[in-house]
Amino acid sequence: MATVSIRKVVKAYEGDVQAVKGIDLEIEDHEFVVLVGPSGCGKSTTLRMIAGLEEITAGEICIDGDVVNDVPPRDRDIAMVFQNYALYPHMSVFENMAFGLKLRKFPKDEIKRRVDDAAKMLDIQMLLDRKPKALSGGQRQRVAMGRAIVRNPKVFLFDEPLSNLDAKLRVQMRTEIKKVHQLVPTTTVYVTHDQIEAMTLADRVVVMNHGIIEQVGAPQELYHNPHTRFVAGFIGSPAMNFLPVQVIDEGGLKVQLADGTRMAIPPQRVDRYGPFKGKKMTLGIRPEHMTEIHEVEKPGVQRMNALVDVIEPMGMETLVHHFVNGVALCSRIDPNTHTGPGETLPLAIDMNNMHLIEDASNKVI
Amino acid sequence: MSGATATADVIPVKRKMGSLERQRLWALRGSFAALSVFVVIFLVPPFYMIMTSLKSSAEISAQKGNPWIVQNPTMDNFIYLATNEQFQRYFLNSVWVTALVVIISMTIGILAAFSLSRMGFKGSQLIASGVFLTYLVPPSLLFIPLFQIVGSMGLINNTWVLVLLFPTLAVPFCTWIMIGYFSSIPKELDEAALIDGASYPQILVKIFIPVALPGIIAATIFAFTVAWGAFLYPLAYLYSADQAVLTVGIVRELIRGDVFAWGMIMAACVMAAAPPVIIYTFLMDYYVAGLTAGATKG
Repeated sequence: MATVSIRKVVKAYEGDVQAVKGIDLEIEDHEFVVLVGPSGCGKSTTLRMIAGLEEITAGEICIDGDVVNDVPPRDRDIAMVFQNYALYPHMSVFENMAFGLKLRKFPKDEIKRRVDDAAKMLDIQMLLDRKPKALSGGQRQRVAMGRAIVRNPKVFLFDEPLSNLDAKLRVQMRTEIKKVHQLVPTTTVYVTHDQIEAMTLADRVVVMNHGIIEQVGAPQELYHNPHTRFVAGFIGSPAMNFLPVQVIDEGGLKVQLADGTRMAIPPQRVDRYGPFKGKKMTLGIRPEHMTEIHEVEKPGVQRMNALVDVIEPMGMETLVHHFVNGVALCSRIDPNTHTGPGETLPLAIDMNNMHLIEDASNKVI
Repeated sequence: MSGATATADVIPVKRKMGSLERQRLWALRGSFAALSVFVVIFLVPPFYMIMTSLKSSAEISAQKGNPWIVQNPTMDNFIYLATNEQFQRYFLNSVWVTALVVIISMTIGILAAFSLSRMGFKGSQLIASGVFLTYLVPPSLLFIPLFQIVGSMGLINNTWVLVLLFPTLAVPFCTWIMIGYFSSIPKELDEAALIDGASYPQILVKIFIPVALPGIIAATIFAFTVAWGAFLYPLAYLYSADQAVLTVGIVRELIRGDVFAWGMIMAACVMAAAPPVIIYTFLMDYYVAGLTAGATKG
């Protein structure tokens, strides 16, 4: 168990391509941190630098207070779970899990005890004699986790561990990983491109893009309080809707859409948005805050009309893809609402949950 | 007439159902025909070799009877050779030369392939291509310059010269096969081992060699074949009987002027062919797996 500090870390490849552009991150003891972002954002590179599999071009990484820049992976006391499991194909499950301990010259009975404990925790006791090729994808992933757990390392590293599993198994293993972390609260750095995985697993989510950290925060904080347009659009599924608007002040502060529709800004936000009067901005609003019209609306709810394009019933809700002034948007509406493709759907916009984004800086105001 | 209508009724249905099967059938027939030709070409000489090795000299030179079938099988040729000291020496020379060549070539090849495919140092790509290029130079082109070199080392007419020279033929190809095979092992496997605490030598011994075993066996068989079957170098560099190996010894001992001891030559060939045949039979599955892996990835 340990802290991990990443200070001004840069990773540059030949030809001056910077995969990671000087990031700072402090990871607490026992914390489960998820690095999330689109492919090529530098999240895997960061993880591999923590593991010692990539050299650090500049800056420093500390594990448990010690700078590990020049420490080889085996002496960093970390364990890593790979996307493709990376199980040794010629060894049984037991041997796979025991390999690291054997190399570290643990006594035989200690190895057996640790492997048995980990196997019990992951429910793979009956597979210990099998070879990896005789296991299913989910079982292989468990073994890969078991191999990490038996080492009892300072830090767990996960590199997109669930990407090779089918959807149902992925959800199941996600829960499993969370459960393991509750039982063995080792400091964990977990890389994924799946924002749902990030939200469900993390104590804190680190959103990365183009080699920089866009925002660090608890899942709910990122969801409700994104700092940049990228985070606003990346976190949440379906993604946040963005509409070009102009901030005007005609009988109170309002946003005006391209077609002239005006929606009042709730009074508690007037101070915040006031300075942007007259400017062209982007309105960000999540699909669940853009719903069908109710008989009694909360204060702060405004209306607009949308042209329905595609309807996706999900069961407990229905996703409606529609156009407002030619911009494609998405709403979560009650499944009982009657509408159809080509129809006009009046929408209730909950302006209490709006976000206003400055176009020049892409910052959320 | 009724028969004709019956077939006319049946055929369209069949055609509709099995046009793919029909194509497959033709492909199969074609392969069978082609393979039959190959089987005949490749298996007739060994068959004739075995038949002749079981004949006495009298039967070989006899004008009548079917030359393809042995009438009075005799083991005399084999017994003579097996008890002949000279032949025993050739055989032993071949065995120890081959064993050493295989060990040396595989040691160099495995280490070279591992470092070239995994350690990614500067110029490793260039060296890998260089290794392959050396394999393209035919041995017949090299043996005169090599004569100069080994001559200056005082190794002419010394069996050890083969232990020095055969690896130059075997190592490039073995390395190449194994580079291909090692490259097909996912990178995460050595990274996992690295994190688990293994050093590079440990990764090689505990992960790469076991996982790449089919490729290593294929390379071993190749090195074995090079050393066991080579004719040109032993012919060029070894001239006294006590230093010769099997391939050259057979020709030298059993062909005296224009007298060919056919029965014994063939028996010697059978005995010389036995070790490779036995080894191939046992390792065939590995051999094929190794060659194909090397082929797709190399």
